[in-house]
Amino acid sequence: MKHATHLIALVLSLGLVAAACSDDTESSDESTTTTTADDLEPSPEPVNITLLTHDSFAMKQSILDDFASDTGITVVVLNAGDTGQMVSEAILTAGNPLGDVMYGVDNTFLQRALDGEIFEAYESPSLDVVPDHFELDAEHRVTPIVFGDVCVNYWIDALPEGVPAPETIEDLTDPRFAGDLVVQSPETSSPGLAFLLATIAGTDDWEQFWTDLRANDVSVTAGWEDAYYGEFKAGGGDRSLVVSYASSPPAEVIFADPPVDTPPTGVLLDSCFRQIEFAGVLAGTDHPEAAAAVIDFLLTPAFQDDVPLSMFVFPVSDDATLPQEFVDHALLSDDPHILDPAEIEANRDAWTDRWVEIVLG
Amino acid sequence: MGRDRSRLIAAAAIVPAAFVALFFAYPVVTVVWRGLGGEGLAPLADVWNTSRTRDAIWFTIRQAAVSTFLTVAIALPGAAVVARATPRVRRWLRALVTIPFVMPTVLVAGAFAELFTRFGLDDGTVRLRHTVWAILLAHVFFNYAIVVRTVGSYWAGLDHRLEEQAQVLGAPRWRVFTEVTLPRLRPAIASAAAIVYLFSFTSFGVILVLGGPRQATIETEIHRYAVTRTDFTAAAAVAVIQLVAVLLLVALTTFLERRRPLTSKRSHPAPPSSVRARLLNGAGVGVLLGLPIGIVVERSFATGSGYGLDHYRALGTRVTQLPAPATTAIRNTIVYASIAMVIAVVVGTLAALVVVHGRRWLRHIFDLGLTIPLGTSAVTIGFGILIALDEPPLDFRTSWWIVPVAHSLVGIPFVVRTMVPVLRRIDPALREAAATLGASPGRVRREIDLPIAHRGLVVGTAFAFAVSVGEFGATSFIPRRPETLTAPRALFRLLATPGDVLRGQAMALAVVMMGLVAVAVIVIESSRSTEEGTF
Repeated sequence: MKHATHLIALVLSLGLVAAACSDDTESSDESTTTTTADDLEPSPEPVNITLLTHDSFAMKQSILDDFASDTGITVVVLNAGDTGQMVSEAILTAGNPLGDVMYGVDNTFLQRALDGEIFEAYESPSLDVVPDHFELDAEHRVTPIVFGDVCVNYWIDALPEGVPAPETIEDLTDPRFAGDLVVQSPETSSPGLAFLLATIAGTDDWEQFWTDLRANDVSVTAGWEDAYYGEFKAGGGDRSLVVSYASSPPAEVIFADPPVDTPPTGVLLDSCFRQIEFAGVLAGTDHPEAAAAVIDFLLTPAFQDDVPLSMFVFPVSDDATLPQEFVDHALLSDDPHILDPAEIEANRDAWTDRWVEIVLG
Repeated sequence: MGRDRSRLIAAAAIVPAAFVALFFAYPVVTVVWRGLGGEGLAPLADVWNTSRTRDAIWFTIRQAAVSTFLTVAIALPGAAVVARATPRVRRWLRALVTIPFVMPTVLVAGAFAELFTRFGLDDGTVRLRHTVWAILLAHVFFNYAIVVRTVGSYWAGLDHRLEEQAQVLGAPRWRVFTEVTLPRLRPAIASAAAIVYLFSFTSFGVILVLGGPRQATIETEIHRYAVTRTDFTAAAAVAVIQLVAVLLLVALTTFLERRRPLTSKRSHPAPPSSVRARLLNGAGVGVLLGLPIGIVVERSFATGSGYGLDHYRALGTRVTQLPAPATTAIRNTIVYASIAMVIAVVVGTLAALVVVHGRRWLRHIFDLGLTIPLGTSAVTIGFGILIALDEPPLDFRTSWWIVPVAHSLVGIPFVVRTMVPVLRRIDPALREAAATLGASPGRVRREIDLPIAHRGLVVGTAFAFAVSVGEFGATSFIPRRPETLTAPRALFRLLATPGDVLRGQAMALAVVMMGLVAVAVIVIESSRSTEEGTF
């Protein structure tokens, strides 16, 4: 039975490699929930709250640990793919939800989530630090937490010789940018959909605009990665304009190799679509109060200050402070394009179908 | 002995049957039933009448057929070289060809794009990007190993004296191959082709990234309906069409693979291939597999200031996009892949015994039932698990171990399909001779069946491990805790934020995954050389 021995040996040796790779992160998984001794108030029962969120969710573990020791609430994060997948999964499992709180549904998917009746209303007292225009649900089934803009980015050094950067969304159809723009399909990509919505909100005739873009040799990819790293200059491609985020330039500075002082990319502010991400208590939770406390927590300065560098989005709270990299290199549009979530949901399939006809047909 | 044997087979059948019923059949039936919502077959008619969906169905079937044909045609010479190589060379070759299997699609697409540009296949009259040809090329790239490994290991066990006799009798080389060798390889080719077909049939990333936004397949349509549009009814309808198509196809390959009598008493390996054949093959494989691998490896060492190990060193430090350092993700991947491999070996071996020795009806049900998960959409299985395994006593949907279990659903068919042709080849005369000489049934099994079966088992085992490293299957639809992040998922997160540091680290992580699979293949295979020549 030599082969069996070999198999066992393989499993053991792989286990050893695994043990060798392991490090101190184990300890952070088992965060303690004991309250501090000088806590005079009667500490609530320790409880686990599962935070269902998208794969882009990231934050410092120490912030969650502090929250746990202050409140007895341990936040267990559960990543559920991209936003569309998360919302579909939440609707599919409505009534027996995968978690207690959902974080990350944005205004392009908001109405679908509301129609799916997956949330319980909760009006957070912390909303007083949030500007009113971020609140899109009067019934408070969701609470705004962060926002960001999807905008056309350009690679400064790759713009055609002697051609200034585009200034308006209509400039993209100008022959001087022929063959320069790469976008994502709104059928498969969240920034792709956001940019389609920006053109619907921001041009006089979006169908004509896309007809002109096609004539100007726009390239379409399925996702952000193959646009940004495949065809855009950043990954060695030959296109100088790409649909990305307003926060992409600071990322290009923070994660530059070799280090740089200014980003290699700029943002076409007239092309920006505002995405607001919300959190809500999932209907069917066993711990509605603790879940509500987590919503409040997401609006505390501790969490809000952390979001720019952890997730490359902007905090909604007026009390939050932006990191220096964002102050220096992130440009936000004063007047981004935005559409009513109900209008998006009602027209989305028809718009994307029409877009497919115009651009890919 | 007959009754004992059928009892043994029945006992062996229970584990795989229960496993597939619980983790595949029950979730899939639940999600399809819920999706169709009691409307019966009306939604099926609706999607069938959508020209886009109908086009997608035909395109899926055709591209998978062409992909399979090309893969087999291109990989067969490679299988010949592997079959005739010395054990040491063979081991390295096997490891090398398995590497593409776990490469993330986005990186392969990037590498291909760079190659297309360098070789001028990107513009002008010859254009590969976002064409059907790019899809076919990628499918050959990813699936090459399946044919080389499955057919190569089977080929190595064939008695080469038949070919020698034919040559002595004056048959030209090509006739020896088409009339003597090829017919005997048929069970292994059919087995490998079935897997390649189903992989191409359900491929998702390749279609979107390399095929571009215009190409739609059954798999991308299910994803579009279920995830982009949250239209579970239409998604379930397309899922039913997919299941029916896969059932028909698997039934067809089962027919092609039916038991064939073979006369080899002992393996009599062929002499090594000619230098020219080896060089030609080496050049072909080098271009097809080596260049994209080379580009990813090169990028993993490229830093802002030349070349260095910076990106590899960075794997040990957590970046904000990841919940832990990438090394933790690598560790998770090793643990998951080991668990998935063990499950696939245990369940797959039992199932293979049933397929080979069971009654006819049982054989067919097992062959179908265990292969269908390969041809089923990740969305169907993933969403099915979310709503079927959601309540005690079956509340497993957020358990960490559901991930390796889902991986093993894809790994099991590899074990079954690589073992079955080998087990079937076991010469009854050899077993009878042993029995006549007084060997007990147990001893026959131990000394004749097991060593021979082992050949197929190692190939299947290596693939079961690789499947999990590459995160094939439904697990992208199963929510996960950050601490159970695996290497491929960490890689996608690194690629989701701009910045050369993150991109470089993603490349390094990809190379570690590739190395991991190569090492696993070498270790698993090393258990083989000791057996060689003993039967």
